[in-house]
Amino acid sequence: MSVVAQAQESHLETFARFEEGAAGSDLGWLRSIRRSAMARFSELGFPTTHDEDWRFTNVAPIAETPFGLARVGGVEFTSRELDRLRVPGFASIRLVFVNGRYEPKLSRLGPLPAGVKVGSLAHELAADPGSLDEHLARYADYRNDAFSALNTAFIEDGALVRIPSRTVLEEPIYLLHISAPGTGPTVTHPRNLIVAGDETQATVVEDYVSLDGEVHFSNVVTEVVVGENSVLGHYRIERESGQAFHVSTLRVEQGRASAVASHSLLLGGALVRNNVHPVLAGEGSDCLINGLFMGAGQQHLDNYMKVEHASPHCTSRQFYNGILDGRSRGVFHGRIVVHKDAQKTDAKQTNRNLLLSEGAQIDTKPQLEIHADDVKCTHGATIGQVDEDAIFYLRSRGISEASARDLLLEAFAGESLEKMKEEPVRRHLEGLVRQWLRRETVLEGAR
Amino acid sequence: MLSVRNLHVKVGGREILKGVDLEVAAGEVCAIMGPNGSGKSTLAQVLAGQETYEVTAGEVLYEGQNLLELNPEQRAREGVFLAFQYPVEIPGIGTAYFLRAALNAIRKHRGLDELDAMDFLPLIREKLKLLEMDDALLSRAINEGFSGGEKKRTEILQLAVLEPRLAILDETDSGLDIDALKIVAGGVNALRDPERAIIIVTHYQRLLSYIVPDTVHVLVAGRIVASGGRELALELEEKGYGWVETEPESAVPAPA
Ligand SMILES: Nc1ncnc2c1ncn2[C@@H]1O[C@H](COP(=O)(O)OP(=O)(O)OP(=O)(O)O)[C@@H](O)[C@H]1O
Ligand SMILES: [Mg+2]
Repeated sequence: MSVVAQAQESHLETFARFEEGAAGSDLGWLRSIRRSAMARFSELGFPTTHDEDWRFTNVAPIAETPFGLARVGGVEFTSRELDRLRVPGFASIRLVFVNGRYEPKLSRLGPLPAGVKVGSLAHELAADPGSLDEHLARYADYRNDAFSALNTAFIEDGALVRIPSRTVLEEPIYLLHISAPGTGPTVTHPRNLIVAGDETQATVVEDYVSLDGEVHFSNVVTEVVVGENSVLGHYRIERESGQAFHVSTLRVEQGRASAVASHSLLLGGALVRNNVHPVLAGEGSDCLINGLFMGAGQQHLDNYMKVEHASPHCTSRQFYNGILDGRSRGVFHGRIVVHKDAQKTDAKQTNRNLLLSEGAQIDTKPQLEIHADDVKCTHGATIGQVDEDAIFYLRSRGISEASARDLLLEAFAGESLEKMKEEPVRRHLEGLVRQWLRRETVLEGAR
Repeated sequence: MLSVRNLHVKVGGREILKGVDLEVAAGEVCAIMGPNGSGKSTLAQVLAGQETYEVTAGEVLYEGQNLLELNPEQRAREGVFLAFQYPVEIPGIGTAYFLRAALNAIRKHRGLDELDAMDFLPLIREKLKLLEMDDALLSRAINEGFSGGEKKRTEILQLAVLEPRLAILDETDSGLDIDALKIVAGGVNALRDPERAIIIVTHYQRLLSYIVPDTVHVLVAGRIVASGGRELALELEEKGYGWVETEPESAVPAPA
């Protein structure tokens, strides 16, 4: 058996054991979803670079590693350690997951407006699963995407957020996912479900960090359902260790006249794939897909966007900026799919990249699939170096070369950050970016 | 204050300056004139420290120190300022922030306290008024989307804020209408000082009717071919550069 086949086999064996004891194993609908997802994963196998959607990203390091499920329990945190890991400022609604498992002792849930539910998916599967099957695993495409299939097979815990119609959640919901590696390579499959009713407003922040140690793999799926005339902000912060593999899929289903903003900041991880897949299902909906990725060393940061216009009069805006140093490699693959009936679509995509070294590399690829005739779709990509004329101009005014470079890079990163409206998040991210520029380690580590 | 001796400069393998000699004293306003492509900007940029130009021979002394040994920011901190012929647009960095950072870098070097945003505001307001410029400029990114005239004026604003000892203005007059030209000239004249030298690089004599130079030098094909007082500028205006190019012998000798 090949290394890949062996590793794939190990996921199957793990599944057999997992399935028996997992939360919700007594639920027929869930059991069948898990099983068909696992079967699908076995058929698909991990993608290779022959697959058009994975042309620029070789996932062999993931496919060849025999991961075991990350150990649950036994990892203790003091509140001080937790404070060091988390983004400050989210005092009231904070869910902490360690190795994929909800930690009530580290979390805070309130006060919440009436009818709002925020908590652990595993808990809900055990306590009140009745309403889950309407949405869970209905959006992320586990039939065609191996990583979503694997995650779906292992659905158990993650965040569950439910916001009843006509509810405004003033406080952002902060989800901190901490990976605490074990003795061998470990995997977690966090599964988040966010269901926002009509005329709601909310912000969700997903933050992924890890403690130093062995190789680990975070295989995340987040499904977001946004009702009519609702406003939702989503942030993903990836700052795991240099030993981390991270594949996450954000799948958003947008109702009529809804407005969604997705923001990603990729700083950490050895091999990262950031899938963002909004479907503008309701007429007149709007989405902003904004991101910043910054790579150094040997990091590989892949951003795969699939923006689906499924209804008329929808607007989408993609802005991704990349800064790549060392021998790092970035990918921006931006798909825009306009369905037959999605007339008056207005879609725009911009990807700008700065390469700071000879060895850094970016692959940027727009992909427009337009099946309607009355649409406006534009895309543009740039790849460049820091503007030396600008550096000289700043230096000629007394500003040191190092500061001049920092200022220019901060300004470039600022194009992404200034679109992030959630003040404490933006401020913290600005700090992380500044640290990155000064090459201090922004990755969590060394306990 | 400034002595340029036998300066040879190459760009992209081509020799642009072919032995320039120039003396500028403290308190002096010196004009350098010359046709297109004669090397005026090259000289200005080399003095400011642009590293894409290669100095192959000669030396430059600024207040007794070897200027060529200093990097651009050190020169700026020592009081050298270049108003660019083509100011650079820098998106994402606010003009006020930039000006304050620059001023503080220089103040720090001089052993002065750094100014916070509150201290800086009255200072910059006063300079804006001097140049009849709008406050709104402060929140805009450096030169981004500025008109040609706005860029030139912003250069002079920087000059007024940073108060250098040696100011080099590279074609600050080009692209300015007559009203703007008068304002800019007023700003520069306000900075005339016995302790300060100003080098005005220009193609035309127009600016020199508002900023009257003490000395005029003519640069042609990488060499100073004529030097004199302000009357030289008028003569050039009348006869064109062809006159000095064809009759180098008859040119007025450089003042001692
Ligand atoms: N970076 C460069 N690379 C190659 N050639 C250059 C460069 N900069 C200047 N040159 C050349 O050097 C010569 C002198 O240019 P410079 O800009 O110094 O002239 P100038 O006197 O300032 O002209 P103008 O009046 O047009 O501003 C020109 O022939 C120009 O093409
Ligand atoms: Mg010039």
